[in-house]
Amino acid sequence: MPLVKRIVLDVLKPHQPNALEFAHGIAQLGADYRVQLNVVEVDEKTESTVIAIEGHALDMQQIEEAINAMGGSVHSIDEVEVSGEAAAAD
Amino acid sequence: MQAFGQLRFLLRITRTTGIARRYFVTNGFDGALTMLGLLMGFRISGSIPLEVALSACLGATIALTMSGLSSAYISETAERKKELRELEEAMLDELDDSAHAQAAKLVPIVIALVNGLAPFSLSILIILPIWLAYCGLPLPLPAFDAAIALAFTLIFLMGIFLGRISGSSWLLSGLRTVAIAAITSLLILLLRL
Repeated sequence: MPLVKRIVLDVLKPHQPNALEFAHGIAQLGADYRVQLNVVEVDEKTESTVIAIEGHALDMQQIEEAINAMGGSVHSIDEVEVSGEAAAAD
Repeated sequence: MQAFGQLRFLLRITRTTGIARRYFVTNGFDGALTMLGLLMGFRISGSIPLEVALSACLGATIALTMSGLSSAYISETAERKKELRELEEAMLDELDDSAHAQAAKLVPIVIALVNGLAPFSLSILIILPIWLAYCGLPLPLPAFDAAIALAFTLIFLMGIFLGRISGSSWLLSGLRTVAIAAITSLLILLLRL
């Protein structure tokens, strides 16, 4: 199965947890996860963010669950980088 | 430990720490002043048996605790549900599995405990000398005087606590709360006249 190396997500989140805690909540899913979170718009109760996540093998389902658990909602997957290295090794 | 960390996270995202502190001071002060009022009443009434005073103070303590627990739980539950509903509307999504839904259930319990246990702990401390005297333990002061002195001390400490939170003079803040207790006592003494 191909490995997901990088994804960029459009995420709507509440103000709390804040950007740092939110990024931290995703980064702690994997030892090699790197998260970059940009707040692109701030409304009264919500923030629109673009979250770029990098790692050796990203688990999209786990990431989405973590985002939902923090009150966020994935609106779209804007960018994906997938490697076929695992498939090639098989 | 993980549960404690999760609770701290929930309190942080709902900005509850300040609210809980406010409840602690408000209801703690209520408890301390109620006990002071009762004790001043007993003190000026003359020969009130310790057993009667202890029962009256314990009754008031239980009533304050129950009032603190139930009122905070009911009002906070309603507030948290409203906040969650508004957030769901803003998110255009249900947040049933989120930390916010979890907080809407847990935070009212935490605040109710703070609101109930604040008057309970302060009242129990204040009536401790009466209980000790009732058990026959010798005290350096008459039981009612010792309990009144303890009430003033605890009220002063609450003032210091408030002063430290606001970053103003702890001494002034402590003296201000003691002044409130002194005015309360004076009013009760005037009733006697």
